[in-house]
Amino acid sequence: MKVSLFITCLADIFYPEVGKDVVEILEDLGCEVDFPKNQTCCGQPAYNSGYHKETKTAAKHMIEAFEGAEYAVAPSGSCVMMVHEFPALFSESEKEWQEKAAALANKTYEFTQFVVEVLGKEDLGAELHRKAAVHTSCHMNRLMGIKEPPQRLLKHVKGLEVVPLSHSYDCCGFGGTFSVKMPEISEEMVEEKTKHMMESDADLLIGMDCSCLMNIKGRLTRKGCSIEVKHIAQVLNEGRK
Amino acid sequence: MGIKIGDAPFHERAEKAINDQFMRQAVAKAQDGLRGKKLKAAESLGNWEDWRALGEQIRQHTLENLDYYLYQLSENVEKNGGSVYFAETAEDAQDYVKRVVRKKNAKKIIKSKSMVTEEISLNEAVEEAGGEVIETDLAEFILQIADHDRPSHIVVPSLHKDKEKICELFKEKLGYTGTSQPEELARFVRRYLREDFFQADMGITGCNFAVAESGSVSIVANEGNARMATTLPKTLITVMGMERIVPSWEELDVLVTLLCRSAVGQKLTSYITGLTEPGGMDGPEEFHLVIVDNGRSHILGTEFQSALQCIRCAACINVCPVYRHIGGHAYGSIYSGPIGAVLTPLLGGYDDYKDLPYASSLCGACTEACPVKIPLHELLIKHRRRIVEEEKKSPKSWDFAMKGFEKAANSPGLFSFAAKTAPYVLKPFTKDDKIERGAGPLKAWTQARDFPAPKKQPFRDWFDKRSKEGK
Repeated sequence: MKVSLFITCLADIFYPEVGKDVVEILEDLGCEVDFPKNQTCCGQPAYNSGYHKETKTAAKHMIEAFEGAEYAVAPSGSCVMMVHEFPALFSESEKEWQEKAAALANKTYEFTQFVVEVLGKEDLGAELHRKAAVHTSCHMNRLMGIKEPPQRLLKHVKGLEVVPLSHSYDCCGFGGTFSVKMPEISEEMVEEKTKHMMESDADLLIGMDCSCLMNIKGRLTRKGCSIEVKHIAQVLNEGRK
Repeated sequence: MGIKIGDAPFHERAEKAINDQFMRQAVAKAQDGLRGKKLKAAESLGNWEDWRALGEQIRQHTLENLDYYLYQLSENVEKNGGSVYFAETAEDAQDYVKRVVRKKNAKKIIKSKSMVTEEISLNEAVEEAGGEVIETDLAEFILQIADHDRPSHIVVPSLHKDKEKICELFKEKLGYTGTSQPEELARFVRRYLREDFFQADMGITGCNFAVAESGSVSIVANEGNARMATTLPKTLITVMGMERIVPSWEELDVLVTLLCRSAVGQKLTSYITGLTEPGGMDGPEEFHLVIVDNGRSHILGTEFQSALQCIRCAACINVCPVYRHIGGHAYGSIYSGPIGAVLTPLLGGYDDYKDLPYASSLCGACTEACPVKIPLHELLIKHRRRIVEEEKKSPKSWDFAMKGFEKAANSPGLFSFAAKTAPYVLKPFTKDDKIERGAGPLKAWTQARDFPAPKKQPFRDWFDKRSKEGK
C-alpha cells in the first residue's frame, strides 16, 4: 500500500522525530511511504483567522501536491480536519476544484485512524514502562469523532499505564492563532491544563497533535515541571526500534 | 442599557475578569456542576443524538416558515382575546409597553426572568412611564438590588456571585440577618416579595416558546414566580423574540425536554406554564404579546440563520473553556459565551463587538453541547471571514502576515527555505533548545510559555537524504 505522508508544518520544522517514527511504523506495517515534496501548509492558520481567499491558495496548492497519492496520512487530527474542510472552500462555479478537494479529503487520514481503520492493526509491538495521561485533541476527538483509534493502539503498548486526567475534555488553549490573538485567555487555559496534568499520577503526556503538545509542553517547562510530552507515534515506536 | 455591558475594549475587560479570582472560582464550580448534570440528564433520556436531530429539525422548519407561524400565532392570540404587537426595534417595543403601563396606570409591576427584556431595556422604559419594576426571579432580584448589576449568564444571570456574596448583599441592602445557606436566602426573598405579588398591577414575563396553533405562550421556570406573575395581576405583558415559536404542542414537548435537560440537567423544571386565554378563572384579564424583531429578521436568510435556532439553554456557555476563565461580563454583552459571541455582533454590530468572534479557541465544545445542533464554532469562523473580507476591520499587521503566509503556502521553495533558516533566524532568542522571550508574534506566545527551537534538519531534508541513501 502506498502512503503519502503529509508531515504538517509543526512536525516538519519543530518535531521531525515524530515524522521519522511515523515513517518507520508505516514501513514496518508494510506501507510504501513517500513524501510529496511540494507540500506546504493546510492553510488552517488563515482559515481560522478569517482569511479564506488566502486559505484557498494554500488548499489548491496542497490538492495539487497530493494529486497522485493513494492515501494521505498526517500525524495531526487538526490538519486532517482542515483538509476535510477544503471542498467547502470552493463555490459551485469552481466545480472542478470542489471535486478535486473532495477526492483529497476522502483519502486523507489521521495517523492513528489510518493504522487502526485502514491497516487494521492495533498491536504494534511497542513497549514503554510509564504512567501516562492522554490529551484528546479537540479537533480530532470531538469534531472529527476519532476517539477510539488512539485508545486501542495505546492499550497494546506493553508496560504503559494510562491514568485519568481531570477535565481532559477541555481545550488546552492553543487554538492556532487564538494563542497569539487572545494570549491572556490562552494562558489561563493552558495553565489549567498543566495544573490538572501535574495533579495526575502521570509523568508523561501523550497526544496526537504536535500543536497541542507544543502548547502544553511550553507551559510545563516555563513552570519548571519535568513532565515529558510525546506524540503518540513516538510512543508506538518505543521498544521496537 | 440594551445588550451592552460597559464600554471598555474586550482585552481590557478580559484581563480584569482574569484577575477576578473570586468570580472565576464561582464560574468554574458552576460549570462543573451544570455540565455533569446535563450529561446525566441527556444520558438518562436515551438516544440523545436522535433528540438533538429532532430539535434541530423543528427549529430549522420553524425558521424556514417563520412568517407563516408568526401570522398563525398572532391570529390565534387575538382570537383568544389578547393583543399582539410586532416591534421592529427596541424603541417600538418600549413605546408600546409604556403606552400600556400608562393606560392601565400601573404602579407596581412584577417581572419574571427574561433576556429579551434586558436586550430592549424594558425596565428603564417602564420606569419612565411611572411604573416600579420588581424582578421576581431570584437571580434577577439579586442583580436588581446589587445596584442593577448585569446578567453574566443567560440562564443563571447572577452566576458570578456566590452565596456568601449574596448574603452580604442582602445584609447591606435589605437588612437580612440570616446565614448564607441557599435555602434560607431563598426563603427570605420569598417572604420579602410576597406582598409585591399581591399588590402588583401588572405582570411582565418573557416567553420560552409561543405555540402557534393555539396562540399560547409557555414559560419554563423553577421558582414559581413566573406562575404568580401570569396569574395574580390583572394585566399581563409577555415579551418574546420573534424566533421563539413552535408550530404545535407536540414540538413544544420536544423542545422543552431538550431545554430543561440542557439548561439545568432536570427532566422537567418545577413549573411549565402554558397560557392561552386571558379572562379565565385564574389568568389575567388583559393580555399583550409583544413580539420583538430588533435585528433578528436581518439574520434570517443569511449564513447566520442557524443562530436563531437557539433556545437559550446555555449548554454552550456551560462547557466553554473561554467563558470559564473570563465569565460573562467580559463579553461586554448580556449574551455571553459562544452563543453570545455569535449573536452579539449580529444584533449589536461589528464596531463594538468585532473582538468577540475571536474569543474562542474553536475547540467545538459548544457545538457538541448544543441541543439544537447550532454549528457555533463554524459560525464564529464565518464572522471572522466577514470581519476580514467584507468589513475590512482586521488589523493591518494580520492582513500583511496572511499575505506572507499565502505566498509561502503556495511556494514549496519559499516554505522549505523558511523551514531551513528558522533555526538561524531564531538563534539569538534560543537557549537550551527553547525560546523564553520572543519578538513579533512570538512575544505573545512566550509571555506564558516557552517556544521550541526549530530543528536544524527539518523532516523534509531527513526524508530526502534517506531516500538518496537508498532507504
